[in-house]
Amino acid sequence: MNELKPMSEDVPASHERRRFIGAAAATAAGLAIAPGVILVEVAHGRSEDQAASSAVRWGMLVDATKCATGCNDCVTACSTENGWTPVGESAHPKQAPQWIRKLELQDPLTQMETNLPMMCQHCAEPPCVDVCPTGASFKRADGIVLVNRHTCIGCRYCMMACPYKARSLVHESLNDTQKADVPRGIGCVESCTFCVQKVDRGDGNTACAEACTAAGHNALLFGDMNDPESEISRRLRELPTKQVRADLNLNLGVRYHGI
Amino acid sequence: MKRILALGAVVLTTAALAWAGADAPPKAGGAPKPAITKAVKGEQCVEDTDYMRRNHMKVLDHHRDQAVIEGIRTKKHSLKECINCHASETTGSVAAAKDDFCVSCHSYAAVKIDCFDCHSTKPQGSAAMHPLNAETAHYKHKLAAQATSRVSAEEMAGVAQ
Repeated sequence: MNELKPMSEDVPASHERRRFIGAAAATAAGLAIAPGVILVEVAHGRSEDQAASSAVRWGMLVDATKCATGCNDCVTACSTENGWTPVGESAHPKQAPQWIRKLELQDPLTQMETNLPMMCQHCAEPPCVDVCPTGASFKRADGIVLVNRHTCIGCRYCMMACPYKARSLVHESLNDTQKADVPRGIGCVESCTFCVQKVDRGDGNTACAEACTAAGHNALLFGDMNDPESEISRRLRELPTKQVRADLNLNLGVRYHGI
Repeated sequence: MKRILALGAVVLTTAALAWAGADAPPKAGGAPKPAITKAVKGEQCVEDTDYMRRNHMKVLDHHRDQAVIEGIRTKKHSLKECINCHASETTGSVAAAKDDFCVSCHSYAAVKIDCFDCHSTKPQGSAAMHPLNAETAHYKHKLAAQATSRVSAEEMAGVAQ
């Protein structure tokens, strides 16, 4: 009996311990949620010594129903921000870089016209990254597809692999006309970077989307597709959107409404 | 006869070489030393001068990989900040003239710099860069805002005075 007594005392003790452990676990879970929340907040306006985080996925919603015929503001804004010469001003228009271009489409049966900008779609599964022989073409943690010009050898495999014709090669020396924030040069492939210099600065917007809003069209919306509270996530929930060449299953970062 | 001619040629060549040698002795110092101008902006480099002379390429390489691949764009070791401080007062650039900061040493050491095939050699906002055309004129206010927020060549010249 005496031997049983400590056991009978042990039962409430272990029960007590279990409750204590339960409470501790709950506290720990609470702490775990708090840093998670902070992580997401920091990732938006992260400090300059912090790496891009996969908690964020930058994306763009293009509302083709609002995209105006003849308006070229997004293209102009992109070339101004990133320092590339637009096709119209280039000495070699066929070789001119096109980080973003305006397309005017017409349905041959109904004659309905659609306007939309086309640029790098920032695929989650980018074919340009798959084919790159040097690893120069890569996807950053926050979903932005970039070219590391330090390793690019200018072979142009990625240009051929891209279903969107989004990439261009710099054919000639740029003679120090580059923007300080946007290095680019001869022999390297380049494409839309979602204005990575602005994103890293914490602007949270691209030059094209800013220009579109400034012109009053509001056809371009840039934001974090991973954040359910962001404007772009909200609009993507509401509007029917399409991915261009959705059959390729690339999970695009640019979604189109009204095409 | 041929042998005498050959001997004569050898004697003449030796004499000529000896004469030339006496006239212009080999330079003791070798190639002219690079002109190293002090940075226009700032008092002290981010690292010791001796360390930077030997290791700036490693520092820059490490920073560039972090910046491009991970998006860590700290100012301390960035090439852009090097250019902001070291751009020359006369050319507004680190590599436009042969006495400019980067070129001066690199031509002395006979090491080719690839940086400026892609990177601008001038601080952001200097007037020489990206002139406005008819199509981009409506972004003038944006460029103006940029110019005031970043240090320009003109501003740097002002600091030096």
